[in-house]
Amino acid sequence: MAATIITVTSGKGGVGKTTAVANLGVALASNGSKVVCIDGDIGLRNLDVVLGLENRIVYDLVDIVEGRCRLKQAMIRDKRLPELYLIPAAQTRDKTAVSPSDMVNLCEQLREEYDWVLIDSPAGIERGFKNTIAPADKVLVVTNPEVSAVRDADRIIGLVEAEEKGPAQLIINRVNYEMIRRGDMLTSEDIIDLLAVELIGLVPEDENVMIATNRGHPVTLDSKGKAGRAFANIAKRLEGQDVPFEDFEKKDDIIRRLSRILKPGGE
Amino acid sequence: MPAWMDKISTGKQKSAVKAKERLKFVLIHDRTDLSNETLDKLKNEILEVISRYVNIDPNAVQITMNQDGREQRLIADIPIKSQSKGRNR
Repeated sequence: MAATIITVTSGKGGVGKTTAVANLGVALASNGSKVVCIDGDIGLRNLDVVLGLENRIVYDLVDIVEGRCRLKQAMIRDKRLPELYLIPAAQTRDKTAVSPSDMVNLCEQLREEYDWVLIDSPAGIERGFKNTIAPADKVLVVTNPEVSAVRDADRIIGLVEAEEKGPAQLIINRVNYEMIRRGDMLTSEDIIDLLAVELIGLVPEDENVMIATNRGHPVTLDSKGKAGRAFANIAKRLEGQDVPFEDFEKKDDIIRRLSRILKPGGE
Repeated sequence: MPAWMDKISTGKQKSAVKAKERLKFVLIHDRTDLSNETLDKLKNEILEVISRYVNIDPNAVQITMNQDGREQRLIADIPIKSQSKGRNR
């Protein structure tokens, strides 16, 4: 079966695209699929580091496009999973080194042999975004429950529609249920109301994500913690399963109450 | 009233509510690329054209930009006075 090519983008930087690509790649590969992750952020590569594969880079995306290596030579196999591969970005070039049609050609070469191709888009709306959108069958937009992130997500969703790759689906990352409860954070209902796109994932704020990046060991590898589970759920939805959105807040409450009982004298 | 009571009595709005309000405004204007100034001009010209054909009370007119999914709608609600134009009272 031919691969589905998914581009993960956002407009705003730092909202969690790379984390999403890494963890969705892990989740899909853990479910038995053959997955290739491509880092489209030429000049500012990070997918390698988040996946913990930075020491294994020999060739990169630009080497493939410029003919210095064969496609497979640039694909780093993640030894932790049966079939997860990374094509890293070049670090010493910029987004002009690759064109949208280069990306389309590259992805066409991957279509037959793999199940999923996940492309990590850079922030912004310029060449890097255009490069990574070009081959997409489907676009996921990542945002945070924060005014500038949502505004940028709206712009990106509009651009995705204009490129006829829509409708995009939304991942809301770094949800803080405590702040929502206090009325100090936009809810997913607020955000969907404003952006008018389908929600595919809600990922709670989770310290484990930074710890995971510190170690180069994506959270979803052990389904550790809330974010790990949330990414696993998104992968299942991508595969067509109907997974209800987990109420991480409820679980938080129970755990907090339990720990108060077990630790007299408070937290 | 002591200062601390002011906060309670003004019913300080939750910041998330404020965020949503502001985003609604910003998104409509981002999407249509219409500045407030241009929108005002647009409203005035609409009123001008309509009042050539019928009597209207400009103060009762409501012209707003609303969001409808991914689309934007300009909605004009213009009460028309029953007297026809030009007839002497």
